Amino acid sequence: MTDKLKIRQPLSSIPTLFLNLGLVLALGLVLSGCISTARGTGDLGLIIERADGAIQIIETTSRTKLYEIDGLGDLSHASAVFSRDSRYAFIFGRDGGLTKVDLLTGKIVKRVIQGGNSIGGAISQDGSLVAVSNYKPGGVKVFDSATLNLVADIPATYGNGERSKTVGLVDAPGQKFIFTLYDASEIWIADLSDRNIPVITKFKNIGKLPYDGLLTPDGRTYIAGLFGEDGLAMIDLWHPEGGVQRILNGYGRGEKPLPVYKMPHLEGWAAAGDLMFLPAVGRHEVLIVDRASWKEVGRIPVHGQPVFVVARPDGRQVWVNFAHPLNNVVQVIDVPSRRIVKSFNPGPAVLHIEFSPRGEQAWVSVRDRDMVQVYDTRTLSVVTTLKARKPSGIFLSARAHRLGL
Amino acid sequence: MAEAAFYSAALLALPGAALADPDSSRQKNLIYLLVQDCGSCHGMTLKGGLGPPLLPDSLEGKNADDLADIIINGIPGTPMPPWAFEISLQDAIWLAQRMKEGIPRDR
Repeated sequence: MTDKLKIRQPLSSIPTLFLNLGLVLALGLVLSGCISTARGTGDLGLIIERADGAIQIIETTSRTKLYEIDGLGDLSHASAVFSRDSRYAFIFGRDGGLTKVDLLTGKIVKRVIQGGNSIGGAISQDGSLVAVSNYKPGGVKVFDSATLNLVADIPATYGNGERSKTVGLVDAPGQKFIFTLYDASEIWIADLSDRNIPVITKFKNIGKLPYDGLLTPDGRTYIAGLFGEDGLAMIDLWHPEGGVQRILNGYGRGEKPLPVYKMPHLEGWAAAGDLMFLPAVGRHEVLIVDRASWKEVGRIPVHGQPVFVVARPDGRQVWVNFAHPLNNVVQVIDVPSRRIVKSFNPGPAVLHIEFSPRGEQAWVSVRDRDMVQVYDTRTLSVVTTLKARKPSGIFLSARAHRLGL
Repeated sequence: MAEAAFYSAALLALPGAALADPDSSRQKNLIYLLVQDCGSCHGMTLKGGLGPPLLPDSLEGKNADDLADIIINGIPGTPMPPWAFEISLQDAIWLAQRMKEGIPRDR
């Protein structure tokens, strides 16, 4: 082939020669199943299709689906974290499955069943370790993020050797993982700066029935929500020797606790300027808390029991979805005026809201209408609707570079 | 067989007894509610989550009336809420029986 070209082409046609070679190369790549054009992953993400054990890889620039990947097992309440190069997603399934997916090729790279019944995970500060929280057997397992080989097994043992369900697992600065023991009322900090010798610091008697935890976006504060009593348990990670402090103690005091039809999520707690916006447990209210004093400074009446209360990345808006049976609505709160400026009704079972990294889009999953809607957050209108099978969580790759997710 | 015997016993134990099964479209709704919304805490396969498992093995020894009572009234002091606002006693007994015999996975 090269010989032929040489004979036929005069010197002036060398660019043509390169073009031809380029075409041959490109064809070869396509035929061998490789990626024919280089691209980044900063605008990619995934949608959990929980009933089918599948995910979609999507991109937020043209707002389209790139791949559909099956075979991820039981994805009820599934979540995901991203590698530090944001090429790979690690998906945590309810059945103990930990699946590593390549966002660029849309393929499963590796999958292990690491527990019997799991609830979320986290990736370490340096990206080398992935931790998974298990209800059964209760505890946290830590894996090498490259190979998914087991690095450390941390059973959540308490009392007379019982094992607690673990919840609220997050990463924290200093190569740490923090999690909460639901049955034992404890918070544990696992320091894996030497991955072979995890050092555990335990905080006991933090309060009854801690059901979830979060790390503030600056990585300084860990907070566990308490179902069994009013208030929240907080640890200042700059001063862990200060122990657990109780915050928002008065919240709900003197009022009859209301039944909760879906536990609120803490991960999405919205920090907007000096304020935090939190879901009230059981009440049709969003609480406004001053971040410096941790005092409640206001409440906003909303459509139902809030599940996710999430701030647009610039903090100007807070979006809220709700528990069954009022889960057909999404409300948008304007932060300066503390007013609801828009109520959408996308359909029954809105399960999750995820903003694009700079907040111009909000992606909303609507389980019972088998769709994901993308909103323009400036005009508050629907930009596009994507089909998805019983969608739940939506996770965009920008999470790779945020603490505590 | 054992199921049928159990079913009659449950009905007889109720005051007024003549509770019929919910109609087929309501049955479909109830199973969807069970898998999707009860599934938030108990897992979509009902193998348990923050809430306990609701599989036949784990419900052995508990009768459908008591389970129905839990569905209707919740368990105070725990996250289990009362569902009376949208599930009738008749619905709850039917659901409890389905849980005790196991829900087919393809639902």
